[in-house]
Amino acid sequence: MIPVLLIAIPLAGGLAGFFIKNEKSARGWSLLVSLAALVVSLWGLSLPANSPLLNADAAWLPALGSRFTVGLDGMSQILCLLTAIAFPVIFIATWRDEYRKAWNFYALMLLSQAGLMGVFLAMDALLFYFFWELALIPVYFLCSQWGGEKRIQATFKFFIYTFVGSLLMLIGIIWLYSHTADHSFSMKSFYDLRNRVGGREQLWLFWLFFIAFAIKMPIWPFHTWQPDTYEQSPTATTMVLSGIMVKMGLFGVIRWLAPVLPVGFWAWGDTASAFFIIPGMIYASLVAIRQDDLKRLVAYSSIAHVGLMCLAIFATTTSGMQGVMIQMFNHGINIIGLWIVIDLIERQLGTRKISELGGLAQKAPALAILLVIVALANVALPLTNAFIGEFLLFSGVYVSKATQYNVVFTVVAAITIILSAVYTLNMIQRVFFGNTNALTEKAKDIRLNEKVVLAVIVVLIVVIGVYPKPMLNLTKETVDLIITKMTYKP
Amino acid sequence: MNAIIISAVWGIIMMFSGIVTAKGAAIRNTAVAGLVLLLVGNYLDLIGYHLFPVDAHKMLFFDTFGLLANSIVFASTLIYVLLSGREIEKIAPRMPVAECFALIFFVLCGISLVTTFNTLLMLFLGIEIISIPLYILTGSDKRNLKSNEASLKYFLMGCFSTGLMLLGIALLYGASPTGSFSIDELGIGSEKLSALYMAGLLLLLVSMGFKVSAAPFHFWTPDVYDGAPTVFTSFMATIVKAGIFIGFIRLFDETFGNSQPRWQLFVAIITAVTLFIGNITAVFQQSVKRMLAYSSIAQAGFMLLALLSINGLAKEGIILYAAAYSLATIGIFAILIKMKDYTFEGFNGLAKHHPVLAATCTIFLLSLAGIPLTAGFFAKYYMLASVIETGHFFWLVIFAVLCAAVSVYYYFRVIQAMYFKDGDAQVLDLRPGFKGLLVVVAALIVLLGVFPQVLLDKLYTLVYTW
Repeated sequence: MIPVLLIAIPLAGGLAGFFIKNEKSARGWSLLVSLAALVVSLWGLSLPANSPLLNADAAWLPALGSRFTVGLDGMSQILCLLTAIAFPVIFIATWRDEYRKAWNFYALMLLSQAGLMGVFLAMDALLFYFFWELALIPVYFLCSQWGGEKRIQATFKFFIYTFVGSLLMLIGIIWLYSHTADHSFSMKSFYDLRNRVGGREQLWLFWLFFIAFAIKMPIWPFHTWQPDTYEQSPTATTMVLSGIMVKMGLFGVIRWLAPVLPVGFWAWGDTASAFFIIPGMIYASLVAIRQDDLKRLVAYSSIAHVGLMCLAIFATTTSGMQGVMIQMFNHGINIIGLWIVIDLIERQLGTRKISELGGLAQKAPALAILLVIVALANVALPLTNAFIGEFLLFSGVYVSKATQYNVVFTVVAAITIILSAVYTLNMIQRVFFGNTNALTEKAKDIRLNEKVVLAVIVVLIVVIGVYPKPMLNLTKETVDLIITKMTYKP
Repeated sequence: MNAIIISAVWGIIMMFSGIVTAKGAAIRNTAVAGLVLLLVGNYLDLIGYHLFPVDAHKMLFFDTFGLLANSIVFASTLIYVLLSGREIEKIAPRMPVAECFALIFFVLCGISLVTTFNTLLMLFLGIEIISIPLYILTGSDKRNLKSNEASLKYFLMGCFSTGLMLLGIALLYGASPTGSFSIDELGIGSEKLSALYMAGLLLLLVSMGFKVSAAPFHFWTPDVYDGAPTVFTSFMATIVKAGIFIGFIRLFDETFGNSQPRWQLFVAIITAVTLFIGNITAVFQQSVKRMLAYSSIAQAGFMLLALLSINGLAKEGIILYAAAYSLATIGIFAILIKMKDYTFEGFNGLAKHHPVLAATCTIFLLSLAGIPLTAGFFAKYYMLASVIETGHFFWLVIFAVLCAAVSVYYYFRVIQAMYFKDGDAQVLDLRPGFKGLLVVVAALIVLLGVFPQVLLDKLYTLVYTW
């Protein structure tokens, strides 16, 4: 019931949105729809885990063995909550952004929300694939239609990258399906596959899935679409891309790769960590230090943060996995906060270049305070939400038994924390402090709607940073299940 | 049997309708009536009412597969005539409308033979009945040199492949123990095939490959599709191709099914080459019409996967593929005919002036690219799944999806032109009925994309419950 509503509300709202040919009503409508989804998501949170309302199942393609099965377990709860919070926040924060044919923009945004919800809720592999693609199409149109100057090429690159990845995943899904005992796409049948698919097969099947997810996350060297796309997309879409869509990759690994192909996952863990994830994290952090464009800086910092989460999944420990769960949520909240600030600066001053800014704190004190909190969360300072997440992630990697290089991995990965402090603090210093120049002289402080959303984000950052227990309890069951499936050895 | 007789008789009626009336609308409506009659007649055949109790002496065999394929072909033709029928009149002073429709019906008669043949002779007859009217239709724009060239090229190439096919059939006949053309008695099924059999088989593979424009026998396709009047290109690239494909599958399933391991590798290589050449060449085209010609080669490559695997999934899938591919391509061609400029630039800014046209065209293109929620996705899904089911040729599956990713490039160029580029795309006269029909076709594609079972199940249950 609730999962169906979570998909149906934005879907129906989005389809209806195409016909509201008025900018203001379309904006109001989309906010209303996204708030409705938020309410449903909170309702789902308030129910006990065994409530029948949290699952739904209907016949879809009987001949193919695929059913419309959707359900909210702990991990889905957290990601759906993130999606449900993110969209109203995005709509309010970008309230004053102007779009040509705005109704189409808002309708497509809602459709992408429906796709994302579907990805997080699907308990059937074919359905998962369906939503996986479905989330992509509206975003493609959003970025190509309303983005920056080089948007068409940048978005197209993004689309091709993701499409290649998802086609490889499709082959993997079909292959696994043809080896299930009962010819079914259901999650249960897929989880039972570890007894039927030998280690040799798992070794190459792993890559079919991992490439798809690595492109989405993104992990070096599959990341090249990301900075361009983030830079060229309209900010509202960038928030969706970086706040929620990158979680699709992590989510996919946790739900559809690690428990399904545990042997392949374990066998390639060291290779992926040592040759792709950790070098990618260091590389992205170093590149971020050299960026002059705020959007690109955040884009590269995101690669480093997501890489750490992926590293923790490979570590196969309870604390690491708990860290991933909570950090997926935190990263989404924090990065959306950063984008909101960047969007404010760009809208007021017409530039995102760090070198052209300076002294903003004098002109916009409220903005500066809010940004500093968000930025400190990005650096994972204690008392912020990211501290909890990253602490769990690092401790998970450190105690990992899945790899013998756990200490090396922890130490090298920890360097990125220092690097992240370098580029984040450097950015704050050069944008907000120092002397004002001719451009920043005119800057004004933020308005009410922006204060509200940033305040919401700051509250979330602090509350989760101080009291993360409810979140950890929520995902405990899922984490235990996944870890048992992952530590299986034939 | 119903379909064969009705289409042949209606072809003659269409021919003489030109004497009774010169009005395009009246002739077109007669054709539509004929197509409806064909659909009904074919459906009656499916549920066991045979209007014409003719003893075909086992030369034809009307199984569900062939008759279902007929339904798809006739339904596609109906949509085609409704969408683009008026365009045939535009060639009118050079070619009487009635004759064009008559030829179309003769082609349909040939397709009905090809989908239900039971001896190689009938296959040959069917292929020829399809081909000869097409040579004429290709050259129907008589004063246009390109059309003439295309027609001649098609004719010469077609004759060549027909010759190969006859030779192949003769070799098989010579090799068969009982001296028969019937595919039941050819006696191919043993593991060890004589050289004579193998040569005959390969010749048939090559000649059928010619007809469905599989590489490396595709050279005629771009020139012929480009040179022919667009409205007939649409017919050739979709309905005819789908029909011949059904015959292709039927031939290799029924006749050569048991010796599959012997010829599978040849088909795999042809498939890979077709996918590669079709997709890569399509990327470099400047004209949408030529791009669609190469795309039809690329799509044929995907359909060849069904020939490779020939199992339950493949046979179900080829029906779905035929429907998905024909619907989408007929739709795109119908829009293309209305465009003033056939290049990619000609589509610039179409979304601004004609949002319905652009939106439906986008759905058609997404379907061809195989994006979920459209019929094209499940069509491709079935093809890939059927090969994976066989457990061999995994490299080909990977190769096929990489090619599918390439195809996104050229299909999306049209979408980019329509939505993201500025320009004033010039469109010729548009009727509300035309737009409405486009929306219906697009809706059908989406419906098949969410519930592909609607087509497969409904048709099968209709057949079995009666």
